[in-house]
Amino acid sequence: MALKPFYDEMYAADGSVRPQYQAFADWLENTPPEKIAQNRQAADLLFHRVGITFAVYGETSGTERLIPFDIVPHIIPGKKWEEVSRGLKQRVAALNFFLHDVYHEQNILKAGKVPADKVIENSQFRPEMMHIDVPGGIYAHVAGIDLVKDSDGEYYVLEDNLRTPSGVSYLLENRKMMMRLFPELFGVQNIRPVDHYPDLLLETLRNAAPVGVDNPTIVLMTPGHFNSAYFEHAFLAQQMGIELVEGVDLFIKDNTVFMRTTQGPQKVDVIYRRIDDDFIDPLAFRADSMLGVPGLMNAYRAGRVTLANAVGTGIADDKSLYPYVPEMIRFYLGEEPILNNVHTWQLSKKEDLDYVMANIADLVIKEAQGSGGYGMLVGPTSTKDERERYRQRVLDAPERFIAQPTLSLSTCPTFTEKGLAPRHIDLRPYVLSGKTVNFVPGGLTRVALREGSLVVNSSQGGGVKDTWIVD
Amino acid sequence: MLSKTASTLYWMSRYVERAENTARILDVAYRMSLLTKDSDLQDQEWFAPLNITGTLFPFSGRHSIVCAKEVLHFMALDPDNPSSIYNCARKARENARAVRGTITSEMWEVLNSTWLEMQNMDEDRLYARGISTFFEWVKERSHLYRGVTFGTIRRDEAFQFHRMGTYMERADNTARMLDVKYHVLLPSVKDVGGAVDYYQWSAVLRSVSAYESYRKVYRDTVTPVRIAELLILRMDIPRSLHFCMHDVYEILCAVQNRSSAEATRQAGEIYAALQFGRIENIFHTGLHEYLTDFLESTDRLGEEINQSFFAPELVVPAKSPASVTSQTQK
Repeated sequence: MALKPFYDEMYAADGSVRPQYQAFADWLENTPPEKIAQNRQAADLLFHRVGITFAVYGETSGTERLIPFDIVPHIIPGKKWEEVSRGLKQRVAALNFFLHDVYHEQNILKAGKVPADKVIENSQFRPEMMHIDVPGGIYAHVAGIDLVKDSDGEYYVLEDNLRTPSGVSYLLENRKMMMRLFPELFGVQNIRPVDHYPDLLLETLRNAAPVGVDNPTIVLMTPGHFNSAYFEHAFLAQQMGIELVEGVDLFIKDNTVFMRTTQGPQKVDVIYRRIDDDFIDPLAFRADSMLGVPGLMNAYRAGRVTLANAVGTGIADDKSLYPYVPEMIRFYLGEEPILNNVHTWQLSKKEDLDYVMANIADLVIKEAQGSGGYGMLVGPTSTKDERERYRQRVLDAPERFIAQPTLSLSTCPTFTEKGLAPRHIDLRPYVLSGKTVNFVPGGLTRVALREGSLVVNSSQGGGVKDTWIVD
Repeated sequence: MLSKTASTLYWMSRYVERAENTARILDVAYRMSLLTKDSDLQDQEWFAPLNITGTLFPFSGRHSIVCAKEVLHFMALDPDNPSSIYNCARKARENARAVRGTITSEMWEVLNSTWLEMQNMDEDRLYARGISTFFEWVKERSHLYRGVTFGTIRRDEAFQFHRMGTYMERADNTARMLDVKYHVLLPSVKDVGGAVDYYQWSAVLRSVSAYESYRKVYRDTVTPVRIAELLILRMDIPRSLHFCMHDVYEILCAVQNRSSAEATRQAGEIYAALQFGRIENIFHTGLHEYLTDFLESTDRLGEEINQSFFAPELVVPAKSPASVTSQTQK
C-alpha cells in the first residue's frame, strides 16, 4: 500500500503558503540565511548552557543529551484551536468520569459499554483505589493528549497520557528561545502566550488539596536526577516555588506525610508526583522500590494527602481501553466525540488478529502498555526480517498488542543538513483538571528528524518545535 | 528548607571554594619551584601541595616519583583523584543540578558552563594555555560564581547554608595553606630568614590574595609572625580564620534549630579563641601544632553541622584525622 499524500502544515497542495504561515513565510524570505544559521547555532549554545537536557535510558547512567530544537514553528489558526480545545476538555472530562466510575459503581461496565474483563484483569487497574474518594473526583490532574493530523487535515488522538506526562518544560523553553532569537516575529502577529502554565498548574494543585486544608504545602516528587525528565521536575518546582523532593526526603507518621527540613518535620498536603504508581510506596506496590515512601498509600487512602495524578489512572490510558474512549464520552456526557479516535484492531480478537497478520506491512503495531516509542513496529518502514520477528512476538501473546492504520502524520518544514525539508510532527497539549479545565494554547510539537520517520519521541531521535496559535 | 537541599547547597559551595583554593595552592607551588634552579629541589616543592591537601598517600599509591607534571595532573585534571579541580568542578555542578529548583538560573549556568569547559581540558591544553592561565581561569570562574550568587540569590536559608559551606571550606583551606611552610624544606638551615625563605612566605601571602593587605596593615617587611597574624587573627581579611569562623558562627545563630545548639557552641568556641587569641601564644605552641588543632576542631564542627541539619537520623561513621584528608560529601 502506498502512503497517502501528507498534509503539510505550511504549504497547501498547490504549493501556496497557508494563511496562518504567511507572516512567517515573509519573514523567512526577507531574513538573510546567515542570520538564521547564526541564530540556530545560538539556540544550541543557549540550550547547552542552560542545561536543558534529558537523560537517555540504556546508555551509561547519567548520559545527558540535548533535545534538538527546530526554529520553524508549528502554527495553528486560532479558530481551529478552539475546536480542538473543546474536544480536549470533553475527552479529559470523560476520562476522569471513567476513572471515578471504575473505582466506584462501575456503571459503564455494568452497562456493557466497556468489557469488564479488560478493566478488572488489567495490571493497570488498582483494586487499592476501590471506593476511595479523591478531592473533587479528579484523577488525572495533568493529562497529555497526543494529537496527529492525517492526510485529510483532521486531528486524531493517537494516545492519552494520564500517568506522569512529561515535556511541558520544552514547550515553555521553546517559546522563550524563539522570543529571544526572533523577537521581530512576535511583533507582526498575535501569537497567544503560554508562559502562564506554571501558574495554572499551581492553581490546579492547590485546588486538589484534601478537604479542610486552606493553604496547602505542595511538593513535586521526582525519582531523582538520573531520571530522563529530571530537568523538567527541577524546572517546574522552581517555576512554581515549591520543594522538589525525593522519596528519602519524606516520611509518614500517623498517616500524615512530612518532609525532613532543616527546621524539623513539615506537613505535606499535595504531592505532584512524577514517579509511577509501582514505585511510590514499597509497602503497597513494588517492595524493591528505593524511590518511594513507605506508608504513603495508607496516608493517601486515608485522605490525608493528595497525589496528582491519582493512583490508578493508568487504567484509562491503557492502549487496550483506548478504543472505548468515544463510548465513554457518549456514556458520561451524552455527547458525540469532537476529536477522532484512530481505528484500532485489538489483537485479542481472532478476526482482528487475522486481519492484522495478513496486512502487517501496512499497519503500526504497538504494545498495549508501551510508551516512549519503544517496542513498536511501523509496517511500511520496516524490513521483512523485522516484521517476521515482530509477528512471532505478537503470536506469542496477542492480547498484549494493538494495531492501527499507518497514519500519514502531517509534515512541517524543518531545518535539516540539506536545508528546509518536510518532517513529520505531532502535538501534545497539556490539559489541567481542577475546579475548571485549563490549558495553555497549543502544546508541545515533536518532530521526527529522520527523513520519512514517523516516530517523534525524543528517545528515538525526535526534536521539538515551538507551537503557535495565531489569531 | 529540605535537609537534603541544605546539605547539597553546603557541599556545592564547598566544592567551588575547594577548586579555587587548590588552584591557589598549585599556583604557589609552581611559583616556588621557579625560585630554585636545582631540579631535585624543584621536585621537592611539589610535595607541599600533596601534603597540604592530604593527598600524598593516594598520589604515592599510583606514582613512584613526585614531579611537577605528575602532581599538576593529579591535582588539576585527574578524574580518579576525588579532590582534583576537575572533580570539584564536576561535583559542584552535580550538586547544583540536584538543587536547580533552589538556586538562581545564573548560578546554575556558571557552574554548568564551567564544567562543560573543564571537560574539554586536557594536559596538552593545560600546557598550551599556560599553567598559570589555567589557575587564573579557575579563580575567575569561582569569582564569577560568587559574584553571581551574591548578586542574584534571595537572602533566605539557602543563602545561609551556601555561605556556611564557603566559609567552612575556606577556613580549612587557609589553615592548610598557612601550614605550607612546614612542609616545604629550605635548602639548608642557614637559609632561614634568607631570600628563598622570604619569597616562600610572600608566595603564601599572594596565594590568598593578601599581599597588598599585608603592606597596608603593617607597612613593613614580610615576616612569618605577621603573616600568621594576618591570616589567623585579623578580622578584616576575608580569607583569615577569624573572618571565616565569625561568619560561620553568625550563620549558625541565624539558622539554629532544636538540635543545633552544640554546633553553635563549638563554632562560638573556635570563634572566641580567634577573636581573643594572641599570635605570640600561637607561635609558642608551634604554628604547625596550632593549625593541626584548628583543622581537627573545624572537622568536628563539620560533623556536628551534618548531624544537626543534614542527616539527623543517620549515624555518621568514624572519620580519619583532620590533618590527613579534607572532608567530603557523604
